[in-house]
Amino acid sequence: MLLAFDTATPHVTVALHDGERVVAEYASTESMRHGEMLAPGIADVLARAGANSRDVTAVAVGVGPGPFTGLRVGLVTARTMALALGIPVYGVCSLDVLAAEAIDGGLDEFVVATDARRKEVYLATYADGLRTEGPVVVKPADAATSVTAVGYGGLLYPEAFPNTAGPEHPRAAVLAQIVVAERFELLDPEPLYLRRPDAVEAHARKKVS
Amino acid sequence: MSNEPLVLGIETSCDETGVGIVRGHTLLADAVASSVEEHARFGGVVPEVASRAHLEAMVPTLERACETAGIALSDVDAIAVTAGPGLAGALLVGVAAAKALAISLDKPLYGVNHLSAHVAVDQLEHGPLPDPCLALLVSGGHSSLLRVDDVTSSVTPLGATIDDAAGEAFDKVARLLGLPFPGGPHIDRVAREGNAVSIDFPRGLTARRDLERHRFDFSFSGLKTAVARWVEAREASGEPVPVADVAAAFQEAVVDVLTRKAIDAAVDQGIEDILIGGGVAANSRLRFLATERAAAKGIRVRVPRPGLCTDNGAMVAALGSEMVARGRVPSALDLPADSSMPVDRVQF
Ligand SMILES: [Zn+2]
Repeated sequence: MLLAFDTATPHVTVALHDGERVVAEYASTESMRHGEMLAPGIADVLARAGANSRDVTAVAVGVGPGPFTGLRVGLVTARTMALALGIPVYGVCSLDVLAAEAIDGGLDEFVVATDARRKEVYLATYADGLRTEGPVVVKPADAATSVTAVGYGGLLYPEAFPNTAGPEHPRAAVLAQIVVAERFELLDPEPLYLRRPDAVEAHARKKVS
Repeated sequence: MSNEPLVLGIETSCDETGVGIVRGHTLLADAVASSVEEHARFGGVVPEVASRAHLEAMVPTLERACETAGIALSDVDAIAVTAGPGLAGALLVGVAAAKALAISLDKPLYGVNHLSAHVAVDQLEHGPLPDPCLALLVSGGHSSLLRVDDVTSSVTPLGATIDDAAGEAFDKVARLLGLPFPGGPHIDRVAREGNAVSIDFPRGLTARRDLERHRFDFSFSGLKTAVARWVEAREASGEPVPVADVAAAFQEAVVDVLTRKAIDAAVDQGIEDILIGGGVAANSRLRFLATERAAAKGIRVRVPRPGLCTDNGAMVAALGSEMVARGRVPSALDLPADSSMPVDRVQF
């Protein structure tokens, strides 16, 4: 069975796929509590499917882009489970997960925009079932488009993205389907940070007196 | 011996990714990956840099620990992890990895206090801890005096720093003297060539008026400022700064206060064993002075070897092993990473 989860948004989403269909799904109700919610979510889908960890034959994880702290919870969980169970781990761009659901809903040309905080969005462009540009991190004004915007980022910045449709957040059930059907490029489980850490190099010391 | 539980411990509270494996009180592996060099150019630990490094180091460090111990992850009987205190984002990486192991291996998980783990690690080197004992924990993140009646359940804070941690003061003074980060080992080395009584730096919170409220507390911020002023005055007068003397006198001021207060606390509490842990416990002058002064009062001093004093996974595994041995209830899977976990809360 394929265990799939994404932590690249304020929420945690988990799904278990048996190769044919999604057999259990979990969505956290609280935001920004990835560290607390992901492991119980995994235990929950396993229990509801009457499975245990040894039934898991592969792990799929959303690799972002998304807020770093939550993103790392998903990635370290996926990598560690893969190590402990001796199974493969597949990464999927979290924006592709939103795109897949939008395509299934009938959209063809669109952008996916998610909240990158600091008044920016993570953005990617899709056409004919493929990602054609991105992901990048941009100011909404610099990405303003009349093309349909999918994802919570569009809803946050209506002036830049007047036309919105489709899902707000990625769902692990769709992530699992992407991996099973190889709908988008499967990636190494490396985080898509898209930003360097904020840090200032130490300069000459300040005087105290 | 071989029927004692095999416990794996994960530590990611600051800039070291540590994975330790113990069987009972026997240390089998202590793998550490440090991101310290990535922080050096920033003059201190950058939380986001540390968190990124933990993610990259986690799987390789787990693999290295298992290889050294000659075990498979599936042999592990319990998992322990530092739940706090520490850097929030850094802790979270370790806690998530520990939960992933607990779920995958279907084994109990213990989310434990970093400070208690610094105490428990000495069992790997010097055997069971005396109950009670007094712990002096000094590092870049903490400076605490604790009464430890049971390292798995009963730890009472007696005092702590009211401003900078002792290790922080070492880093800042090292920078002032043009020595590399982290400052502790460099000050220790340079100070050996210096005269510790050549400059009289202040001893924080040792004046009579401070002893009522802060008898067992520390303060290193005033000392740090005094050293900076002294060095600046020297530079302003155009004279060379006697780096070795400043390092020695600064170190003596820190170590004098730490040992004086630890012994005062032990005597006050009627405790005959002092345990010193944390990165600053690797300081040779601290080890020497503590042992000498304690002996004069009939008090024994235990200090783990330097590699076990700094942050590592073995200390977490050691505490986890003790939790298992004493039948403590495991933590739940929704265990949080608590950056400000109180000292007297040993387990989440
Ligand atoms: Zn420490």
